Amino acid sequence: MSNGCGAPAQGGTIDAGTTETVLEGKVVSDGTPVGGAFVRLLDSTGEFTAEVVTSPEGDFRFFAAPGSWTVRALHRTGNGQADVSASGPGVHAVEIAVA
Amino acid sequence: MSRENVLVSAAWSEENLQAPGVVFAEVDEDTTAYDGGHIPGAVKIDWKNDLQDPVRRDFVDREGFEKLLSAKGISNDDTVVLYGGNNNWFAAYAYWYFKLYGHTNVKLLDGGRKKWELDGRPLDKEEVVRDATSYKAQEQDLSIRAFRDEVVDSIGNKNLVDVRSPDEFSGKLLAPAHLPQEQAQRGGHIPSAVNVPWSKAANEDGTFKSDDELRELYAEAGFDGSRKTIAYCRIGERSSHTWFALRELLGHEDVKNYDGSWTEYGSLIGVPIELGSGKEA
Repeated sequence: MSNGCGAPAQGGTIDAGTTETVLEGKVVSDGTPVGGAFVRLLDSTGEFTAEVVTSPEGDFRFFAAPGSWTVRALHRTGNGQADVSASGPGVHAVEIAVA
Repeated sequence: MSRENVLVSAAWSEENLQAPGVVFAEVDEDTTAYDGGHIPGAVKIDWKNDLQDPVRRDFVDREGFEKLLSAKGISNDDTVVLYGGNNNWFAAYAYWYFKLYGHTNVKLLDGGRKKWELDGRPLDKEEVVRDATSYKAQEQDLSIRAFRDEVVDSIGNKNLVDVRSPDEFSGKLLAPAHLPQEQAQRGGHIPSAVNVPWSKAANEDGTFKSDDELRELYAEAGFDGSRKTIAYCRIGERSSHTWFALRELLGHEDVKNYDGSWTEYGSLIGVPIELGSGKEA
């Protein structure tokens, strides 16, 4: 467990049998992964919940709860967002295109 | 207190990277970002290894802080400009920490690393070496640091500002959503606390909102300007960000940061905990 509140390394894989509700995916631009993008998790009312920076491979991951979420990416080359619905625990994939 | 005294813009910073008497310092829990590229000339402060006692849950002591700043080449007279990732959480924590040990001239780079990167400003990997100094720290200024007994005594009579996300406040989540949720402590919040997530004080690019927007934000949340205030979060860094907004930007005089925060409070035996949004109270 992290000592502080900083985000752990993004990317890699986690146990699919997780009890966590995981939202994860890549930020891409014209199909190419975008590292160093700032990805924010917004709840169903649009309220900020968390933010991470994508790995060099464009990966991000959040540990959320069941429900409807929006993931929004900011990068100096452009912004983008996507909606994702998590019915329950497990890994829920979502991709964000920035332009 | 005015904004110009405590906050500098990315543009000002880029123009003053070489300015005499100005030291830039990047502060993070995870320092791989610094190692991968930092603001030219900025020294690195590791929130965990440099600022936390390695054994007890507490800060390095006065001598430890003197040793750290001396080794980093920071003088008592220097203006220290702090910045970092995570929307400046750890930089704001360090700002509060520098104030705790009595450093006179310290400022935050508005927007931190995020704004700097979104602007496409320069980063480099040069090793930064500054001549060592003989830094002298003050005794901790406990007028800005709250401990648990004071927090418990403050229920119902001071502004308790819980700056975590609404789901952490209600007890639905036990940590910010970029972290695994298995935590030791109970969920919920300190009774009578108002929930003003730290993120509401910041724009999307990480810069602070205007003074007018901040005033309206806290007034709407039920913040009583005539009362003393304690801000808390999970471990005290997000609440440093709000402490900065309330005390340094808006000029509220008696504002403390409770660095024990929810990881301490939520593990205490017998203290009251409130669940839910708390708005019915």
